[in-house]
Order: sequence, then C-alpha cells, then structure tokens
Amino acid sequence: MAGGTSFSRWLHRASDSDVWWSFRSSSLTIAAAVVTALILILSFLSPLLAPHTPFDPSTLSLSDGLKPPAWMPDGDWAFPLGTDDQGRDVLSAIMYGTRLSLVVGMASVFVSMLIGITLGLVSGYVGGVTDAVIMRIADVQLTFPAILVALLIDGVVRGLISVQRHDEIALFVIIGAIGLSFWVQYARTIRGSVMVEKNKEYVQAARVIGLSPVLIMVRHVLPNVTGPILVIATINLGLAVISEATLSFLGVGLPSTQPSLGTLIRLGNELLQSGEWWITLFPSITLAALVLAVNLLGDWLRDALNPKLR
Amino acid sequence: MLAFILRRLIQSIAVLLVVGMVSFSLFRYVGDPISGMVGQDTPASEREALREKLGLNDSAPVQFLHFIGNAARGQFGLSYRTSEPVNRLILERMPATLELSFCAAVFALFVGIPMGVYTGLYPRHWSSRLFQAVSLIGISLPTFVIGILLILVFAVMLRWLPSFGRGETSTFGWWTTNFTSWKGLQALILPSITLGLFQLTLIMRLVRSEMLEVMRTDYIKFARARGLSNRAINFGHALKNTLVPVITVTGLQLGSLIAFALVTETVFAWPGVGQLFIQSVQFADIPVMAAYLMLIGLLFVVINLVVDILYFVVDPRLRGQGARAAGR
Amino acid sequence: MAGNVPLLEVKNLRVEFPTRRGTLLAVDDVSFEIAPGEVLGVVGESGAGKSLTGNAIIGLLEPPGRIAGGEVRLEGQRIDNLPYEAMRKVRGARIGAIFQDPLTSLNPLYSVSRQLVETIQTHLPLSAREARARALDLLKQVGIPGAEQRIDHYPHQFSGGMRQRVVIALALCAGPRLIVADEPTTALDVSIQAQIIALLKKLCRENGTAVMLVTHDMGVIAETADRVAVMYAGRIAEIGPVRDVIKNARHPYTRGLMGSIPSLGVRTERLTQIDGSMPRLTEIPAGCAFNPRCTARGERCLVERPDLMAAGASRAACWLHDARGVGMPVPLAREAAHG
Repeated sequence: MAGGTSFSRWLHRASDSDVWWSFRSSSLTIAAAVVTALILILSFLSPLLAPHTPFDPSTLSLSDGLKPPAWMPDGDWAFPLGTDDQGRDVLSAIMYGTRLSLVVGMASVFVSMLIGITLGLVSGYVGGVTDAVIMRIADVQLTFPAILVALLIDGVVRGLISVQRHDEIALFVIIGAIGLSFWVQYARTIRGSVMVEKNKEYVQAARVIGLSPVLIMVRHVLPNVTGPILVIATINLGLAVISEATLSFLGVGLPSTQPSLGTLIRLGNELLQSGEWWITLFPSITLAALVLAVNLLGDWLRDALNPKLR
Repeated sequence: MLAFILRRLIQSIAVLLVVGMVSFSLFRYVGDPISGMVGQDTPASEREALREKLGLNDSAPVQFLHFIGNAARGQFGLSYRTSEPVNRLILERMPATLELSFCAAVFALFVGIPMGVYTGLYPRHWSSRLFQAVSLIGISLPTFVIGILLILVFAVMLRWLPSFGRGETSTFGWWTTNFTSWKGLQALILPSITLGLFQLTLIMRLVRSEMLEVMRTDYIKFARARGLSNRAINFGHALKNTLVPVITVTGLQLGSLIAFALVTETVFAWPGVGQLFIQSVQFADIPVMAAYLMLIGLLFVVINLVVDILYFVVDPRLRGQGARAAGR
Repeated sequence: MAGNVPLLEVKNLRVEFPTRRGTLLAVDDVSFEIAPGEVLGVVGESGAGKSLTGNAIIGLLEPPGRIAGGEVRLEGQRIDNLPYEAMRKVRGARIGAIFQDPLTSLNPLYSVSRQLVETIQTHLPLSAREARARALDLLKQVGIPGAEQRIDHYPHQFSGGMRQRVVIALALCAGPRLIVADEPTTALDVSIQAQIIALLKKLCRENGTAVMLVTHDMGVIAETADRVAVMYAGRIAEIGPVRDVIKNARHPYTRGLMGSIPSLGVRTERLTQIDGSMPRLTEIPAGCAFNPRCTARGERCLVERPDLMAAGASRAACWLHDARGVGMPVPLAREAAHG
C-alpha cells in the first residue's frame, strides 16, 4: 500500500511540475510527441501491422514491380505507397526500415552513453595523467566530424574482415561506429560534475568513515547531471539516426538485405532519374518526420530543464 | 601574444602527430600492403624482397618516422584500388571540393548571419517564427535528403539545373574551375545549397541565441538607460558582442564543410575528394583513407589555429594581458 | 517645500507580473515625491520592490513585468505612458541611471572614450572633438587619475571602483536632473564604497541633481540621503526625513530594522531580530503586510490595510498612528505558545 501511495504522490507532483506544464502548453511539442509515439508504435509492431513482408523473397513477384502510389492512375490499394523494381511494398519496407533505423539509433546512443559516462567518471575521479590523456583524445576526436569517425571505423573493419562476414555483422559495426563517434559530450558533462563534487567535504568525510567515496559521490553527481544528459541524449538520438541514414545512403551502412531508411533512400535514388519518385520520397519524408519530431522534443526538453529560463 | 601563438602551434603539432599515429596504424596494420600491390601469383620470395625494400620489416617507430617523413612530402603510396599515386588522386580532386565548399560557406554566412540577427532582434514577430521553423527543418533533414529533394524539384521536375556532375570547367595549370562559365556555375548551385543548408541553420541559430543573450545583458540595459538609439544599440553594441563568439564556432563549422562535402559529392556525383574517400571506404583502400585522414586533420588544425588567433585579435579582453600591468 | 513643483512625482504606482500561477503585484500603490536636488533613499530587503520601482520610473521594466496603474511625472509631465522613442530622449538627458555591477554595465568591447562620446553626442549637439573634451573633463571630475591616458582604455583595464566612477560619468554626461541609482555600491569593496558615495553626493550637490538611491544598506542612506522611504512587500512602510526615521522610527518594521544595525560606541546586549521573513509575492497577507511579524498588532491590522498617515515628522503606514488605533491586540503565535 505504501508503494502505491508514494507512486501516486509522485504522479501528482509530476503532473503539477514546471516541466509537465511547459509540455502541455506547447502544442508543437505535443504534436511532436504524438508523431514520435506513432512512428515508434508503427515501426516496432511492424511484423504485426505491415501489410506485406518485403524482405522475404518468396512473397515477392516481379509483376508487382514499379507500381505507383495507390491514388495515382496505375496504383493498387494493396500497395498503398507503391512498390519498387523488385515488387517490394514501399509502405512495409518503410515500417521495417524505420524499426531498424530506430534500433540502431537507440542502441548507438546507449553505447555512446556507456562509453562517455564511464570515461567521464574515470577521467574526473582519477584525474592526473589519465584525465589528461582521455581529454586529449576527446579533443582530437572532436576536431573530426562524427560521420567521418564512423566512416573510418567502418572502413577499418571492412579492411580487417571479409565481405560476407561484414554483411552479417553490419548491424553491430554500425552501432559501434556511431556509438564511438558520439561519446565526448557525455564524458565532458560527467567529468565536470565529478570534478566539482570530488573536492567537496562530504567525499572526504565518507573516506574517513570508511564508506566508499565513489558511491557517495555518484549519488550526488547523478541528480545534477540527469537533466543535461537527457538533453544530450535526445540530440544524440537525432544525430545518430541521421548518421546511420547517411552511412546507409553512402553504401557503407546497412546492406540491402536488412535495409534501414537510409538504404531505402539510396535504392530509390537510383531510380529517381527514370521518374519513379515514390520509392525515394516516402522514406525521405518518414526520416525527416522522425528526426524533426525527436529534435522538437529535445528542444522542448532543453528549455524545460534550463533553470535560467524558469 | 607571441607566447600564445607558440603555445597553440605546439598543441597543433601534437594533435597532428596523434592523427599521424592513427593514420600510420591504419596504413601499416590494417590489411596487408603487399598483397594490395602485387598479383596473386607473386612468389613469397619476391614478396619478402618487396617487404624489405619498402622497409616493412623495420621496427615500428622507424616505420612511423618514415611515414611522417613521407607524409610531410605528400607521399602516401599507391591506391589499392587504382594503383595510382594517392597524392595525385587527391590533388586532381581538390579543386572540385574546395570550390564547392567555398560556395556553400558563402551561402551559409551571407544568408545565415542576417537571418540570425533578424530573428534575434525581433524574436516574437511572425516572420522570425517562420525562419525558426525553417531552421528546425534544416537541422533535421539529413544532407542527402535535402540534396535528393532539390534534385527532384529543380532537376527532374522543373529541369532548371543539372542533377549531377560538375558540368563545364576550365583548367588553369593544375586547377580546374567552375567559375568561368555560366553553365559551370549552374552546376554549382544545387550542391552548394545542399552542402551549406545545415551550416546555415546552425549559424542562424547560434547568432540568434547569442543575440538574445546579449540583449539581456546589463550593458545593453545601461545603454538603453543612457538613451542611446535603437540603431546604436542593436547594430553598434549588440552586434559586435554577438559576432565575437560567433566567429570561433563559424570558423570551425566552415572547416567541417570540407569534410561534410563527402555526402553532397555522393548525391550529386561531384568528383571531389569526398567522393574519393567514400569509394576508398567501400573498397577498404587504406592508403587513400590514411591520406584523407591526415589531410582533414591538417585542415582542422590549421583552421582552429587561425580562428584562435582571430579571436585574440578581435576581443580586447584577451589582448589586455600586457596592457593590464600598465593600466593601474 | 511648499510652492516648489516636485521634480519627480510617483502616484499610486502599481507594477505587476503575469505568471502562470496568476498575476503577481510586485509594487502595490506606491507614492512619493522627490524635490529638485534632493536625495531620496529607498531602502528595504531584497524583493521589497525597490529596484522594480526604479526600473518602472525609467521605463525599463523587463517584460512580462508592466506598469498596471498609477502615474509617474517628471517636472509635472507624465512619463510613464510615453512611447518608446519619446521616453528614450528622456533617458540619459533628463533621468540618468546607475546599476549595481560596474563590470557588466560597460560594454567590454568598446573603449571608455567611445562609450562616453557616443552618449554625449546622442543628447547634445557637440562635434566629436567637443564631445571628447567633455568626456575627458567628466573623467577628471569623477576622479580618474591620468584621465588623458586612460580615456581610450577598455573597461577591463579599470578596477571595480574606477569602473563605477566611469559609470557615474556616463550617467551624468548629458546633464540629467535626476539619477536613479540602484545599489551603486553593493558590488564594491567596503573601502571603495565610501569613496563612491562621497563622489555621488558631491557631484549631485554641485550640479543640483536629485538622486533616488535604492539600496538595502542603511549606513549608506544615513550618510547620503535627505529623506528615506522604507519599502516592505511592494509597499512603502514609512517615509520621512532621514534623521527622524533613523532615530525615531514610527513603523514597527522600521524600528526592527534600526534595532538590527549595530553601532559603534553603543553597548547592546542583543541586536533586534524580526522573526519570520518578508512574505513572497504569492502569499501577501490581508490587511497590513507586516502583521504576521508585528509585536504591536491588533485586530484591525489583520483586516484593514493602512495607507501612509502622519506620524511625527514622517509618514508611516501603521494603524498605531491612527486615532482609532489597532483594536484588540492579537499576540503573535510564538508568544502565545510560550505563554
């Protein structure tokens, strides 16, 4: 009973908080949240909801190929957004592709966070040479755009292993590459907070009493950094999705056997000149909508959590 | 001031060395340089001789020194893919990338800064909100999507501009340029906009937020309290204070244009250095990758240095180190 | 006083802030006058509304704050409802302002000479050379040593006290009749504070400039002001000649304030402390705003809000000075609990 009451109390407090109020009062943010939720649901439930299974070759038939969207003269409502040259339904491809894009995006954010928070903690707490080295590496990495870092990592992996193996593990390589290219912001934030807390007296006191100073410090560091980390994460998610799409578009991301939105756009691009615009346009719109929604949410979160604007 | 420059120079060299180490590791340890260079039937003894000749059996530090020495002279060996000297490949394609980046930078600056100032001065006006909405879209759309959409509208549907390739160029010695003919310029338009749009929105948002911050400062309030005109306040006091931090970020962004060009070059089949890099990644063409890495590293380091010096020149607070002693 | 048109008249000024929790009244029906050449101190705790009053007078209230009622008259002419351009001409030329932090008040990227000349030329028809000569003269008047060399220096090259002198020069350069000084010494070292206050006092006497000196430091008021207004929770609690208010405070709050200031040469067992704290804008009590902390309160204080009424040589907003008194005493909860 006590657990239930405290949860409902938390809920009550949350619904009265500044953050929730600023959310409710911005219709744009609500729209963004709705769009994001919609995309999330449609894509993750794609096995259940998608009208076709475009990547199972046995279900495809070339006679369905190159059909325009349903509302156009040659269209077919069985394929609402048209098909590509292999007869794959564009709508279903988008749903599966979005799921893949989101999975890669979120996983790479997680990887970035993991690396960044760990290195930040170590760097801030241990200090000295370790800190200097980690920060130098961060600086060097920051001089290069993330996409370049990701490309480099991908290229190196490609050089090290054969092509077939590469296709199999492409998903993990991409997640790793993007994850490795974005850790710096997290590390810096955590490091800053840790360095501030490290010198405070309660940490010394903890040592004297015999408690682990690291645990105590982390408990104090966490509330301070949750806000900024959340904001960084939303920006990171948008950038990660774009990075993955870009890599796939360039042909060094996810292969056409497990296409993400970026791959779909690339495949469609090749047909653009001959006038079959729908194959590339609809995935592009979906990608744009997704990133836009995530960025709007990130913007709102940043303003809502900014103490200076409250 | 001299001490400052010296310090930054040393830092830059350190960064370059680190980049060099990464490049070198790529070069030496990823894949086998020998098999990239000789045919499959070459006997082992010949391979060994080649290895010896190329110094591949020397110790790592010695090889690194050789590598750096060669790099400083622009020698990066032969491309695995085409067997041409890497530096020739890069040099051929540099003008294309440089011209594209230059046009994109001009676009981003000359449209972005005024838009940023405007939306910073009049944030509640409907036109400001419109610009902001457009900028949000600009930041969210990946570059290649913008490129594709532009091609769709202007090349495929309207047929006003070419959809790929560099179009007409003229050659001056080693440099090829688009600037000499109208057709050449036409080919530059869509790619420049595509490449520059992201930077434009970044610059606009940055200038806007700096402007808003500046307008809230005490010295602006004091300027108003002294009855200074809006023009004096907005374009005298506020603008100068806004632009100073903008310079650094903008400088760094413009450097990244050259690196980001690789996506735009792929979309528009623009024969630049970026496209070369993509091909090298697809092919695991390590020498090209290593060379590109060093090139970009050098570029960014130089840009950082120049921007830091610029900052120093523009902000009197940083200059004051020497004057402060005399100022009491 | 009689027969002189006051330089500044503030009548029933109200400043409000719309917030998502409702509209807050930060300055509530404040009225006072400043005679030409007079120094009026406005004193009170942080949040009492003194800075807002100053900002409202010079027309620089930050949105969403706005003037919700009352009027402000300068030399008989209303200035609170002027359009921006007209008010801009008033600012600097007829009313000057000095703010708290001299470091952030000056544009770091412009030299002192540039900032002075710009202000002078905005209001006076002088050529660049004449303006610069005037600027140099002002710097000497505010006591900057080596003014000829330093006039082209940047703000960061001056110390805090010197910067505030530059700020004073800037505020005075177009010859205003009134200066609104908002905590001009709070950000300075104690040793410098006295110098700056003395400078302000001297320059204003020489030029016949009136000063509205907003501060929380009673010491500064005692040194400098002719009259003082004590603000509490957005209202004026007491206003009168400085000697009277300090020696013989008529409002319980002012009495508490005076008692809490230590003075040299007087032995006291304990400094007075007023229990509780000034109410937040969202929780201003009914009746007299001070009543929850007042040891002399009565029934009437809980219900009726007192206006300023005559109390000796000053005026105080307290029912103790009314013929009908405060009614039945209502002791504070603390006293009642301790019996």
